Amino acid sequence: MAVLSARPQVDDPERIVERNVRGRSVTWRVLLYVLLIGGALMFAFPFYWLVSTSLKPETDVLLFPPDLIPSSFEWGNYGKVLSAFPFAQGLSNTLIILVAVEIGRLVSVPLVAYAFARLRFPGRNVLFVLVLGTMMLPYYVTLIPQYLIFRDLGWLNTFLPLTVPSFFGVGSAFFIFMMRQFYLSIPKEYDDAAMVDGCGRLRIFWHIILPQSKPALAALAIFTFTEQWNDYFGPLIYLTDQAKYTLALSLQAWQQTQQSGLGYKPHPFNEIMAVATLITLVPIVIFFFTQRYFLRGLIVSGIQG
Amino acid sequence: MSRREVGIAYLCILPWLIGFVVFTAYPLIISGYYSFTHYPILGGPTWAGLDNYRDLLEDELFWKSLRVTAVYSAFAVPGSVVIGYAIAMLLNQRVRWLRVWRTAYFLPSLVPAIAGAFLWSWIFNGQYGLVNGVLRQFGVEGPQWFASEEWVLPAFVIMTLWGAGGGMILYLAALQQVPSTLYDAAEIDGANAWHRLIHISIPMTSPVILFQFVTGLIASFQIFTAGYIVTNGGPNNASLFYVLYLYRNGWQDFQMGYASALAWVLVLIMMVLTLVTLLVARRAVYYEYGGR
Repeated sequence: MAVLSARPQVDDPERIVERNVRGRSVTWRVLLYVLLIGGALMFAFPFYWLVSTSLKPETDVLLFPPDLIPSSFEWGNYGKVLSAFPFAQGLSNTLIILVAVEIGRLVSVPLVAYAFARLRFPGRNVLFVLVLGTMMLPYYVTLIPQYLIFRDLGWLNTFLPLTVPSFFGVGSAFFIFMMRQFYLSIPKEYDDAAMVDGCGRLRIFWHIILPQSKPALAALAIFTFTEQWNDYFGPLIYLTDQAKYTLALSLQAWQQTQQSGLGYKPHPFNEIMAVATLITLVPIVIFFFTQRYFLRGLIVSGIQG
Repeated sequence: MSRREVGIAYLCILPWLIGFVVFTAYPLIISGYYSFTHYPILGGPTWAGLDNYRDLLEDELFWKSLRVTAVYSAFAVPGSVVIGYAIAMLLNQRVRWLRVWRTAYFLPSLVPAIAGAFLWSWIFNGQYGLVNGVLRQFGVEGPQWFASEEWVLPAFVIMTLWGAGGGMILYLAALQQVPSTLYDAAEIDGANAWHRLIHISIPMTSPVILFQFVTGLIASFQIFTAGYIVTNGGPNNASLFYVLYLYRNGWQDFQMGYASALAWVLVLIMMVLTLVTLLVARRAVYYEYGGR
C-alpha cells in the first residue's frame, strides 16, 4: 500500500510547469517534434481508418490494396445503420443501466467515504483495509456465487444484477478510496466551526463536505459513465433476451445477421464501422467537455482508463 | 467518540457493509467451497474433494490458456509501461500545443472495447485489411493475423499497445513533480540526457511505474472482451485467454465447480505475481519519505 501513498499530488493538470531550458540544440528540437508528430500520426491513424471506412461505399471496402481516401463520401451509411441496427433499443437499455448505476454510486460512495474520512468508530481501520483489499480481488472469483444468488432471486435476464449492487458499494472500492482522499484534503477547521454553531455530523456532510467535493463527484460520475459504457461481461452473462441487450451486445449480435436471399450473412465492414464510430463518439465527446475533471480524477486516484 | 457519532458512522457505511458481506465476502468463501464440488448448474453441488484441482493439472486447455495469457501479458504490460513513459518523457520537454498532443495520445484509451475489437479485426483482416495492404506496397505478403496461430497474439498485443497512452497522464504528473534542482545539480556534474533519465527521472517516478505495472498486470490477466469478440479463442485455441476459458466452463458447459476452481487458481496466480513484483521492486523503488 506504500505505493498508494507515494502517488503524485498534482492539483491541476492544466498548470504544466515549464522547466528551464537545458541542452536544447536545434537538432534536438527538430528530432523532438519529428518524434511527436510521427507518434501522434501512428496513434491517430486507426481512428482515421475507423471513420473513413464508415464513409466508404461498399465496393470500396473490398478493394485491395485499400484506398486511403473514400472514392465518394457515403453519409447515407449512417442513415442506413440507424434504421437497420436496433439503435434506440440498445441505447435506452444501456442508459437505463447506466443511470441506475450512477445514482447508486453517487448515493452510496460519498456516505461511506465520509464515515471513513471524518468519523471515528470501532473497527474503522480494519474495515478500510477491507475496502482496499476488494480493489485487488479479481472480479471473476466472486462472479459465480453472485450469478447463482441472482438466479435464486429470479433476477436473471433483468437489469437488477447489473444495477442493484452499485447501491451497496460493490465494485466501487476505487471510488470510495478516491472520495476519502478528497475529503481528507478539506480542512477540518470548517467542520469544527460548524460544530461550534451546533451542526450535527450529517448536516456538516450535507452543507460543507458535499458542496466542496463537486470536482470529485464529477470525476466519479464521468468514470462510472465510461466504465458502464464499456462493460461487456456483465450484460453478456445476465441478459439473454435480445430486447434487453445493451449497445455492445446488440452490435455483436447484429454484425453477423444480415438478411440475404439465402439466410444470414455478415454485414459489410463499412456498416459495422459506422456503428462502432457512433459507440466510440460518446465517451470521446464526454471527455472533451469534462477534460479537467477527468484528468484530475485520473491523477488523484491513479486509475488507469 | 460519542455514541451518537458511532451510530451515524455505522449508518453511513451500512450500505457498503451489506454489499461487502452479501456480494464479496460470502461469494468469496462459498466459491472456495464450490471449487471442491461437482456443480452442474441445474443440479446442486456434490462434494468432490480435490477432483477439480486434479483435473486442472491434466487439462491441456487450462495449461494452454495459462500460457496464452502469460505470453500476452509478458509483452503487453511492459510494452504499455515503456510506451506510456516514453510519451510522457516527450511531453515533459518544453513543447508547444501540449494539450493537442496529450489528447492525441490519450484518445485511443477511451475507445470502448467492443468498438476497438471490430476496428482492429478490420485493420488486421488478412484479405482486405489495412496492414496487409501497406505491407503489400513493400512487396511483403502479410500474415493472416487474427486467423493465424502464430500471429494472433502479436496482433492482440499491438491492439493493446494502441491504448498505452492512457498511462501517460500519471507518468507526466509524476515527472512534473521531480524537483528541478536535481536536474540542475546533475547538469553541473556533467550528466547527459541519458544519465538524467537513468539516475533521476526513472528513480524519482518509480512508485508510479510500479503502480502502473501492477495494475496493468492484474488487468491483462483478466482480458476477456477483445478475445471473445475478435477470435473467440481461435484459431485452434491460440488465443484462448484464461477468463475466456473460465467463461466457457461456467456459462457454456455450466460446470460451476470447475469454473470456481479456475477462478481460485486465478486469484492465487495474481497474488503470487503481485508479491513477486513488489519484492523485486522493493530494492528498486525510491520513496521520498524513506518508508518502505
